[in-house]
Amino acid sequence: MHLTRRQTFFLLGLIPILFLICFYVLPLGVIFQKAFSGLSSQILSGDLWQKIGSPLFFTLKQAGLSVFLTILVGFPLAYGFSHFEFKGKKVFYTAVTLPFILPTVVVAAAFNSLVGSSGWLNLFLMQVFHLAAPPIQILNTLTIILVAHIFYNTSVFVRVVGAAWAQLEIEQEQAASTLGASAWKRFWLITLPLLKQSIISALLMVFLFDFTSFGVILLLGGPTFNTLEVEIYQQTTQLLNLTLAGILSVIQMAITFLISWFLLHDARTGGMVTFLPDIKNERLRKPANGKERVFLIALLSFLVFFFVLPEFSLFFRSLVTIDTHGALKFTVRFYQELFQNTRGTLFYISPLTAFKNSFLYALTTMLIAGILGTIAAYGLLHFRKTKLLQVMVILPLGTSSVTLGLGFLLTFTGVPFFQKVPQVLVPIAHTLVALPVVINTLFPAFSAIPENLRNAAANLGASPFQILKKIDLPLIRRPLLVGAMYAFILSLGEFGATSFLTRPEYPTMPIAIYRYINMPGAVNYGQAMAMACLLLIVCAASMLLMEYFFEKEKRT
Amino acid sequence: MKKVSRFLIAGAMLMLFLFSACQKGQTATQEPRTLTVLTHDSFAISEAIITRFEEENNVQVDFILSGDAGSALNKIILTKDAPLGDVFYGTDNTFLSRALDADIFEPYASPLLEKISDPFKLDAENRALPVDYGDVCINYDKNYFATTGLAIPQSLDDLLSPEYNGLLVVENPAISSPGLAFLLATIAQYGEDGYLAYWQQLKDNGLVVVNDWNTAYYTNFSASSGKGPQPMAVSYATSPAVEVMYAAEPMEEAPTASIIGKNTCFRQIEFVGILKNTPNRDLAEKFIDYMLSVPFQEDIPMNMFMFPVNSDAQLPEEFTKYMQIPDSPAMLPYAEISTSRDAWIEAWQEVVLK
Repeated sequence: MHLTRRQTFFLLGLIPILFLICFYVLPLGVIFQKAFSGLSSQILSGDLWQKIGSPLFFTLKQAGLSVFLTILVGFPLAYGFSHFEFKGKKVFYTAVTLPFILPTVVVAAAFNSLVGSSGWLNLFLMQVFHLAAPPIQILNTLTIILVAHIFYNTSVFVRVVGAAWAQLEIEQEQAASTLGASAWKRFWLITLPLLKQSIISALLMVFLFDFTSFGVILLLGGPTFNTLEVEIYQQTTQLLNLTLAGILSVIQMAITFLISWFLLHDARTGGMVTFLPDIKNERLRKPANGKERVFLIALLSFLVFFFVLPEFSLFFRSLVTIDTHGALKFTVRFYQELFQNTRGTLFYISPLTAFKNSFLYALTTMLIAGILGTIAAYGLLHFRKTKLLQVMVILPLGTSSVTLGLGFLLTFTGVPFFQKVPQVLVPIAHTLVALPVVINTLFPAFSAIPENLRNAAANLGASPFQILKKIDLPLIRRPLLVGAMYAFILSLGEFGATSFLTRPEYPTMPIAIYRYINMPGAVNYGQAMAMACLLLIVCAASMLLMEYFFEKEKRT
Repeated sequence: MKKVSRFLIAGAMLMLFLFSACQKGQTATQEPRTLTVLTHDSFAISEAIITRFEEENNVQVDFILSGDAGSALNKIILTKDAPLGDVFYGTDNTFLSRALDADIFEPYASPLLEKISDPFKLDAENRALPVDYGDVCINYDKNYFATTGLAIPQSLDDLLSPEYNGLLVVENPAISSPGLAFLLATIAQYGEDGYLAYWQQLKDNGLVVVNDWNTAYYTNFSASSGKGPQPMAVSYATSPAVEVMYAAEPMEEAPTASIIGKNTCFRQIEFVGILKNTPNRDLAEKFIDYMLSVPFQEDIPMNMFMFPVNSDAQLPEEFTKYMQIPDSPAMLPYAEISTSRDAWIEAWQEVVLK
């Protein structure tokens, strides 16, 4: 049978849908069937609502506050990075993004060495102001949860909005400026409406990361804070109460659905004006006057203090030992130890093996999520029920990973193929989280491309493929880079699903970190820090390489 | 679309690589059989020990580590109908009845059971066989107590006195296994009617609660690399010895020690069992015998920081030299733990966290 190009195109569009049905709908169906098969009216009565109410309220509260603060921090950064050219820009940009991959135990260690009761920042302040007690006491408070969420997720906002801002056509603003509109008016009436789509996308992703946050709440927030995700974890792994865990998961998904529905606008009925994206980077320039220089210096100082300092403290911790009297001593022993199996243990993880596995998983995730995401985002433009589908594809991001992980386990571990090669489940699981990120980064870019460009090409006889290749792809390169990068680093830093699905023969770098930090002893702690630094280096190098190829290809 | 096709090819090659990576070790003349052992994340043993078993029996042993002790057991219960493996090691006495009630094990009366003293053999039907044990104790920072001149508390009651205000960190029993063990120690000491009053007083005396061992030890405990604010933390009786083994600079003595008064520690016993309907019952039996034999048992302390149950096994020098073993650790009947655990934890949360 010979398929027309159009048919091929639609068949291709089925791939992401099939992927989601196989690896999202099916495992969820299996776990919910198990959870609700024994559902009796007994569980629905009594103190059920009390059990749900308080974590639900707190989950929404902390996520809302976190998103609000992330925008406050992220907006100036997105502006700075998309408008100014300055020395070391790539390094700064990377530094903002790196926290995203750090396992929570490592972030906890970094924060502790800075603002813990004997953290350096506290010791410094006590010294300078002659204080008797450490002035910063934020561990186990709501503050540290918010700080950690900003630390983790600001880069998502900065990169997504920054990418859109960087290629916003500058002519309207210039025209408005000539006509005498103030900077504020130009921003409010021109820039903001044009950025709206990507802001909403970024905001939604950040919200969902905070909404389903687990490690930050558990490790930094402490036992008095309870979110839906933490409650689901407790109910599933400790109490084996699948029914309650199932109810909580459904509530989590319903809220994700509602919020996405509320936030996302149907791109085609919104009546928004689209302009040709600026791919020449006309905005980008050196700071022109004193005011801009001050702004940039303030911005970068904040960035160094908030993002670079904790990362730096990790490197520091991986290179010093502290004796009982608090004296510091430089050492490279922790890095040396990483490379030798001193005690001949069976599950020794060589850094090279861990690096190889992490890197392969991340690369595979990036490829699958990148290809499926591009197809899906492009396909979304052509469906009639765009908004519903858009909301559906974002759902995995708001689904409890504990629930989904268990669904994977019950659905796929019995399948002979996956029994033989269980490690392919890891990039698949990572793709589930990465896919919504890729789609949400790409969709605003796709829908910002004027439809008449495509129509013109189609009238001239171009196939959907040719349109995608000649018109869309060149215009979405920057968002595609952002999406692919996040798919890559999401996988690189992922711990939960990996440890759940992988075999000890295929350990990753985050798994090695957890292995070490779960044992007492200075060398184990030091090795965890050293491995975390290697992870940071691998991540930074990968991101810089991706940007390098991006720039290089653009020039040719 | 040259670029996309390049991506596709790269992707296909990656997949191929992943597939081929697991074909290793299948070229032996006589195909070795595979034994799959399910266990928790803290499982560790020397490579040489497993290789020896593999060579002697022409078998390949696959390990699947699946989360902490509680998660690993729950996973096995949920996949009971299509078992993921042949042997499960790592359910402890706090979870034992959940495992036995779920009927996941086949009985096996290993001949080596006679080397194990009776108090460890909790299951009379031998569905779950003891492998190792360890005590959850309060560790204290020797340096802190030496420099402040504060007396080291000797009992649970001592912890209530005002000079220890704010000095103790414990883990949340709803999340953490040492946290649960310490809660059980207080129940063994004060009974079901008295433990909540004790915790209320502990709370009034500045008790610090965190969710997991990691945070307690590395963020809050002052004697760890994290240099936290509390000089006392709930950890294991073996932790002081491990601090010496993994010290950055060679140490003469451990920087920490355990409080080993009556009922200040709780004894955890870990069990192994053959999963129901395994097609490899003969191998599973051999593996369990091997786990209970002296070479394996003597390898446990240095890898998992637990004690062997086989009375013929010798302890390594590090253990005898740097740590104390409590004379009268707390124990509770495992059936009682199973029936009341959730209620105890919930009541504890009401008192301590609210």
